Parts: sequence; C-alpha cells; structure tokens
Amino acid sequence: MTKSPPLDLPGPALAVENIHKDFAGVHALRGITLDFPRGTVTALMGENGAGKSTLIRIINGDHRPGDGRVLVAGTPRELHSPADARRHGIRVIAQEPEIVPHVSVAENVYIGALPRKAGRVLDRSALYRRMRSDLERLGFAHAIAPEALGSQLSPAQRQLVEILRALTTEAAVLAFDEPTSSLSEHEVEALFDLIRRLRDQGLAIIYVSHRMQEIFRLADRIAVLRDGELAGVRDASQADEGEVVRLMVGRDLSTLFARGRSAGDRVVLDVRDLTTEHVSNVCLEVHEGEVVALAGLVGAGRSELAAALVGDLPIRSGEVRVEGRPLRLRIPRDAVRAGIGYAPEERKAQALFMTGSVRHNISVAVLDRLRRFRFVSSRRERRLAHEFVDRLEVRTPSIDHEVRKLSGGNQQKVVLARWLARRPKILILDEPTRGIDIGAKAEIYRLVDELAGAGVAILVISSELPEVLGLADRIVVMQNGRITGELDRADADEEGILALAMAYDLAEPTQGNPS
Amino acid sequence: MTTTTNAPPPMPATTSGAHARALPRRVATAVGAQNTSLIGALIVVVGTFAWLDDGYLTTANMTVIGDTVAVTGLLAVVQTVVIICGALDISVGSQAGIASVVSAMAFTSTDGNAALGILAAIGVGIAAGVVNGVVIVYGRVNPVIATLATLAAYKGVAQLLAGGRAQGYVLGDDFFIFVARGKILGLSVQIWTLFVVAVAVHILLKYTDIGRNIYAIGGNDTAARLAGININKYLVAVYALAGVVAAIAGVILTARTGSGQPTSGSEGLELKAITAAALGGCALKGGKGGIGGTLLAVFLLGALENGLNVVGVNSFWQNVAQGALLVVAVVIQQRRNGERAVGLPT
Repeated sequence: MTKSPPLDLPGPALAVENIHKDFAGVHALRGITLDFPRGTVTALMGENGAGKSTLIRIINGDHRPGDGRVLVAGTPRELHSPADARRHGIRVIAQEPEIVPHVSVAENVYIGALPRKAGRVLDRSALYRRMRSDLERLGFAHAIAPEALGSQLSPAQRQLVEILRALTTEAAVLAFDEPTSSLSEHEVEALFDLIRRLRDQGLAIIYVSHRMQEIFRLADRIAVLRDGELAGVRDASQADEGEVVRLMVGRDLSTLFARGRSAGDRVVLDVRDLTTEHVSNVCLEVHEGEVVALAGLVGAGRSELAAALVGDLPIRSGEVRVEGRPLRLRIPRDAVRAGIGYAPEERKAQALFMTGSVRHNISVAVLDRLRRFRFVSSRRERRLAHEFVDRLEVRTPSIDHEVRKLSGGNQQKVVLARWLARRPKILILDEPTRGIDIGAKAEIYRLVDELAGAGVAILVISSELPEVLGLADRIVVMQNGRITGELDRADADEEGILALAMAYDLAEPTQGNPS
Repeated sequence: MTTTTNAPPPMPATTSGAHARALPRRVATAVGAQNTSLIGALIVVVGTFAWLDDGYLTTANMTVIGDTVAVTGLLAVVQTVVIICGALDISVGSQAGIASVVSAMAFTSTDGNAALGILAAIGVGIAAGVVNGVVIVYGRVNPVIATLATLAAYKGVAQLLAGGRAQGYVLGDDFFIFVARGKILGLSVQIWTLFVVAVAVHILLKYTDIGRNIYAIGGNDTAARLAGININKYLVAVYALAGVVAAIAGVILTARTGSGQPTSGSEGLELKAITAAALGGCALKGGKGGIGGTLLAVFLLGALENGLNVVGVNSFWQNVAQGALLVVAVVIQQRRNGERAVGLPT
C-alpha cells in the first residue's frame, strides 16, 4: 500500500518553527520548534493541557498556528484542513475513528476508492482479496475479518481500520494520538511491530502517549511539552523514566502509589456463580477495606461484569450479595440503594451531565437525602458540593461551573465525589484514570487508598498493569468472560497477569467479542 | 498545578460601585439571554400592532389574547416538561379532544354533575398519557412515532365517542359558565388556570428532586440511570402528567364552546405547543428549558396571531408564519449550540 517516500529530499519530513497558539487569551503553545525526521519515531509527551493535542491539531490542519510555520519536507505550507494535511502526506490517526457501522470492514478501509466492475458495481470479491493481502502483509491477518461489520468492531479493531485507511494513501508522516488507550497488551504489541516497520520504510512517526513503558519500547526520540513550551528533547536510548517524568511534572513516579491500610476479614461484596450474556460462572469476593483489581484484555468481559453487578445488564443465573444479603438487581437503582457506587468506563457518555454544574453532578445520586418533603434544600446541597470539592481537590472556579469545562482528571473526581457523597460500601471503578494526567492520577490513587482505609470494598478495572500492581491487594484475571486466576499482591507481576489474561485459545477470532 | 487553591480571593469592598453599575447586566443574566430576547420580541410585536391598529392595545383585546393563549399555554407548559426529558408528545391536542368529549358526556349522563365530568376527563387524560408512556418505554417506540400514532388514534377515539359531532350541553351549569366567563381580580378564570398550572409545574421542575431528576434524564439518560434514577417510571409519569394537563385544557374547551368537541378547537394545538416550547428555549434533545421561557413564547405567539387577525391577514398566511417560526426557533437554537452542519442533526 505505502510506497517508501524518497529519502533523498532535503530536511526532515515535517518541522514546526516557533509555533504559537492562543485560545481566548490562554496560551496553548508558546514558541514550539521541533522537527520530525524520516525513519524516526518521535514521542510527544506531556501532561494533559501541556499542548500535545493542540500541536497535533495544527499539524493535522484542524487549527491554524497563531504565529510560526509548518514545514513539510523543507517547504513552508499552510494547512487549512485535515484534507490539506493529507494531500501533503500528513496523516493523523484519530483516537476514536469514524466507522460506518452497517458496512464491512473492507468497505470502511477503502472508502472513497472501492474497486468497481461493470461501471459502478462494487467488486466485492476483489475488495476482500485486496484487504486480505494487505492484512497479511501488515501482519494483522488474524486481528480483523474483512467481512465483519463496522458495528461489530472492538475499539482496537476500529483503530486498526483507521491505520489501514492511512496506509492506503501515500503518507510520509503518521501521527498517533494516544492510540493504545483502548488497546489490550497484545494488540499494543502488534501495533508497535507495525509502527516499527513503517518507520523502517522511512516514515516519520509522531507518537503521543501518557504511558512511559510504551514510549521507551517504541520511541527513538522523546520530546516533552510542559505548559505549551518544549521542556526538552531526549534521545530515548540515553534518557530514563525518571528524567522524562521530571521534565513533564518535576516530580518522581515512585511517589504515585500511596499505601497505608490493610484489608479486613468481613466479605462485603460476594458474587456467586454469576452468569450473564457476557460472563460465565464468575465467583468473586471483595472484603472490607480491600482493593481488588480486575485485570484482563479488552473484551475479556470485565466491564460487562461490572455492569451486571450494578444492575445494568441482566443476570441469567447466580447471586450477588452485599454484606451477606442477596440483592435483587433489576435496574441500577437497586445497586445504588444497596450501597454500590459505580464510576463507569466512559465518564462523559455514561456518568456526567456535561452541561450541568459541578454541584448538580455531585448531588444527583443523593437528592433523596437532601430533600425535605420533596423540596431539595439548596443550602444543604451547596454545602455538600463544597465539602467534596475541597476534599477531592476538584479544581473548578466554583461549584456552579459547567462540568464540561473541567479537565478529564477533575471530571473524574466529580464522578467519584458523587458516589462518596452516598457513603458507599462498595465502589466499582472502571478504568478510573484513563486519559487523565499524572498529577490527577496520583490524587485518585491516594483517594482509593484512603477509602479502602476507611473500610470501603473497592473493585478496580484497569488495563494498565502498573496501576493494577500498584493499587490492588489482590488481582483477579479474566479472559473470555471467565475468571482464569487470582494473584496476591505479593506474588503478582506483569508476566503472571498476562499469562492468565491470555491463558488459552489465543487464536480465538476477535470478532463478536463482548466489548 | 499542585499549589493552585480553590478559594476565590476575598472580594474587596471597593468593588461595590462596580456592582451597582452592573445591575442591569445582572438582571439580564438572571432573566437569561433567551428570555431577554423573547421580552424584546414581545415588545416589538405589541408595539407594531398597537401602532398599526388602535383597537389592538385595549383591555378588551388583551382579554381575548389571554383567553386564546390559555389552552395553548397549558399544553405548551406540559410539553416543556416532556421536552426537558428529551422526548416529545405530539398527541396533546387529541388528548384534549377526548377529554373535552368525555367531560361533556359524563356531565350529561350524570344529570349535570360538573365535578364528575371533570374527574372523568382527568381520568381519561391519565389513561391516554400512560398508554403513550408505556408504548414508548416498554414498546421501545420512538416518542415522535408513538405520539404521532396516538395523535391519530386518540382523535379517532374522540370522534367515535362523540359520533362525529359535538356532544352534550354544559352551559346550563354554573361551574362551566364560571370557567368560560368568570373573572378573579380582573383576570379570566382561564388565564388563572394557566398561571396556577404553570407555577405548579415550575416549582416541580426547579425546586423538587423530581424536577431535578427530569432534567438529569434529559441531560444524559445513561448517566441518570446509573445514578439510580428509575427512568422508566419517570417517563411514564411525565406522559401521564401531559395527559392530565391536556384534560384540563379539554375541560376549558368544553366550557368555552358549551359542548364536548372531538376535534374543533383542539386540532393543531400540538404544533403551537411545540413551537412555544422551542421558541422558549427548550433544547429538543432534552435537559434544558424552563416554564418562564415557554410562557413568554406562548404570549408572543398569541400576541402575534391576534395582531395578524386584527390587521386582517389571511389565516392561511398565519399557518405559514407559524410553521416558519418553529423552524427559525430551532435553527437559532442549533446555531447557539454550535451544532456542526454534517448529516442528520442530533
């Protein structure tokens, strides 16, 4: 698909010079000068708000720089739109790609350039043939079926479609904006193999990520942004994690996980032989003051298990007990009343009222405790909101500020505040730190530790192994809707978790997985 | 970023002067941009027609406007609640029609018991609303389709019950006469009914947990469900409320015409109700809107319609104007939301 771009052209494939960008008086970028040489993976790191996304958008033609210029192969270019950027060989892989749900993967990939026969009739067999040979060549033959419908794809597969699309055009620069946030470990490995191969063909790769290990496995150079400025560029082989973190935040990584507690003996959440459409015969106990992590690959059924535990997916058989009492879970209300708090995976779509205020978002699950007759006491509500904004250090100008204007980390704190306000016995947190910066992560880890210390039983779903290892007392691993093993904190390591997560039938077709 | 604090700096005393200067702006903020522009439009409309015709700005004509908006207003108020949930009820006019027929028939068959007539109408309103809600929530039918279907079906039921003509005669009864022509403190009973219902619904929406949950459902139904709100129960109840208020409107129609009217008087009211709610600032995807804006829009529409009548504009043109107004209201709303012009709107 991709022709090697000529390597003898002068200068780097892409460079930015002295780029400035303001949004309503806020400096998003302040004089960034950086080049992206051919045949090199340049990692772009920085906390949320450091300016990574803004820089990527400028390169993609979504934004125009306020000052400075973009040089493509040494020539200054004005990029007015993503289509413009594409014409100049720059391709940004979207985090959440647009996929047409009701047509096949192959049509999604070659959309706009479909093979035809007899005039305008789609040549389906040629299309699938072409797709198969491309997949074979790229090493993704088992990852995705050309005939699968767009709507059946997992997040990882959707990303793959977007990458395949980029490779059908003649790209010289490929930018990935946190591509692995929805991928499981072995999908990440496959993606990295592909990126390395593309690099060796001479493409300039830009790779944006929060994940330190990934960066060191993949990148040749690491460019760190902080507060809209270039904090430094390092050769990946000569830098270490500590140095990069210091460049990003001026702090050390080992201080992230707090730990000042021990789990109690009393079983608070007791799941017995639970079977739903997505999970089979799950048995699970979480004790008072214990943090249990659910590890596994994307699509292992962890989120579906959580949804069943909060009454949002029907239970076929088995039982859920809270403090020994069996629950009747028909709707989430039943779980809320039994003392279960749930921070779902997609906080914007599933948890937050984006145009609502911080106050309303915090109080929504406790209105029944704030009312007298049916009237909500505004005074008590405001007091409650202030209490939790202070306790969780939510950075907001006021409790009446719209939640959508807060950063990801602060939005997640608002979701947590909502459940803390109910004083839950059990907290289920699905990917609680996805897409939030290191500072907020550390605060959420500290909060989890503190809550467990106060006796709350906590079930954490996470795809980040360092998080699982740092946070949990016990790690339960799932695969294909079943629990494949359990590890104690003392004897858990990344290899052990991965071995259980991929315990059997690796070649299982990914199509039709619950996700 | 670790050192930022949440506490705003204490307000220095010297800013009180700035406060005084900002008073008009603060009033405008409290009223809201939407309502401010509605008040502006109302002043322009009333001013224009008063200038065009001397008979427009008279007490007698204002009373006419008041009475014509009472029924529309009731339906618009309850439509606002439905729209805040993120749904729509097109069948309100037909529900008012059934209620009108039932109130008159119950009245005559009980030898002139007005209370029973009204109770029967309200009972039928609740039933019609619950059917809407159940079809939508448990039948999984899109609210527009479901109530489009019941718009037709309820109209048919009203016509069947009435045998295709006006039913009963109620103007021998003191209560119905009071509803039709009575006045309290200089305002007609019909307008008072609208105000009482509007204030009650406003309090329900703004100050109770029920109202807050209704906004939550419209804002993000998944989040509302996961936060422990029984959204099915709420949706059925909101449709039942729509039925009750439509029934009250139906009783007013009966009183006004003196008999149960299956269609005349109630047809086309759904368009007016939805137009008023949209013009009043309700987001059609839910979660946003209020009774204040809707009421202002109801009066604006009433003043406009009456003015066009007074200056003698053909009523066919008025239909055109009404349809155009609904589209314009929604276009303005979407522009304000920054909706991108790609494919079907959300």
